[in-house]
Amino acid sequence: MNFINEMNMTIQSHSINEGFARSVVAAFCVQLNPSLDEIADIKTAVSEAVTNCVVHAYPDCVGEIAVWVGLGEDRTVHIKISDFGVGIEDFNLAREPFFTTKASEERAGMGFTVMESFMDEVTVCKNGEKGVIVYLVKKLSNVAKKAQSRQAND
Amino acid sequence: MQINAKIYQDTLYIQIAGELDEHTANYAKMTIDNQLDEAECKQVVMDLSNLEFMDSTGIGVLMGRYKKMKQRGIPIFIANPSVQADKIFRMTALYEVMPKVKEGVR
Repeated sequence: MNFINEMNMTIQSHSINEGFARSVVAAFCVQLNPSLDEIADIKTAVSEAVTNCVVHAYPDCVGEIAVWVGLGEDRTVHIKISDFGVGIEDFNLAREPFFTTKASEERAGMGFTVMESFMDEVTVCKNGEKGVIVYLVKKLSNVAKKAQSRQAND
Repeated sequence: MQINAKIYQDTLYIQIAGELDEHTANYAKMTIDNQLDEAECKQVVMDLSNLEFMDSTGIGVLMGRYKKMKQRGIPIFIANPSVQADKIFRMTALYEVMPKVKEGVR
């Protein structure tokens, strides 16, 4: 995949940074002229992945979350969210709808299901010895791009 | 995150505004619970028309309130969710216990 633009950032796993992370990723994606719905989908998926880091990867401490975004020349958005936390014991189980290890905290266990529903591809794997990598891909429609070129021709 | 409540004809309308995520969930739970505990009503409508962002954390917040009010026999309805919130509610079958209604805060 050839990327026309990439960004990296590292944030601490404070819950207040969830809003920051999803806004930064959304702002970076704007250069591909996504639709408002596509931007909202991406923000929701990023929020789910970062929430997982805040709540599950670093349950008793503050750790680092690395966010990388690559904008593909084929109008795909690639997002990698990595942590260096406690890891996930069973990836298949973690991705099951309604599965949560923290039911007592009124958690829905829908994080991965939401990511899968709002993005085109979701890959979860180990991040070396410790931690988890979530890789998200969304293919943007060409509607916004067409509208833009129409506007330019007017 | 801002939560406003008002009662109109035995219905408690709770308007949740701003961004509902892990960071604001506890404040939302506490504030909504205060309104639910104080109000004398026959039903509750959660109006999400000014909710700018919600992820699946919102499901936990709403389900917790549903369980609480179920014990008192008071139903909760959802009004005006965003496209994304609506998608999350559908995939979690939330509307089966908290049906969607058209009417929001008057």
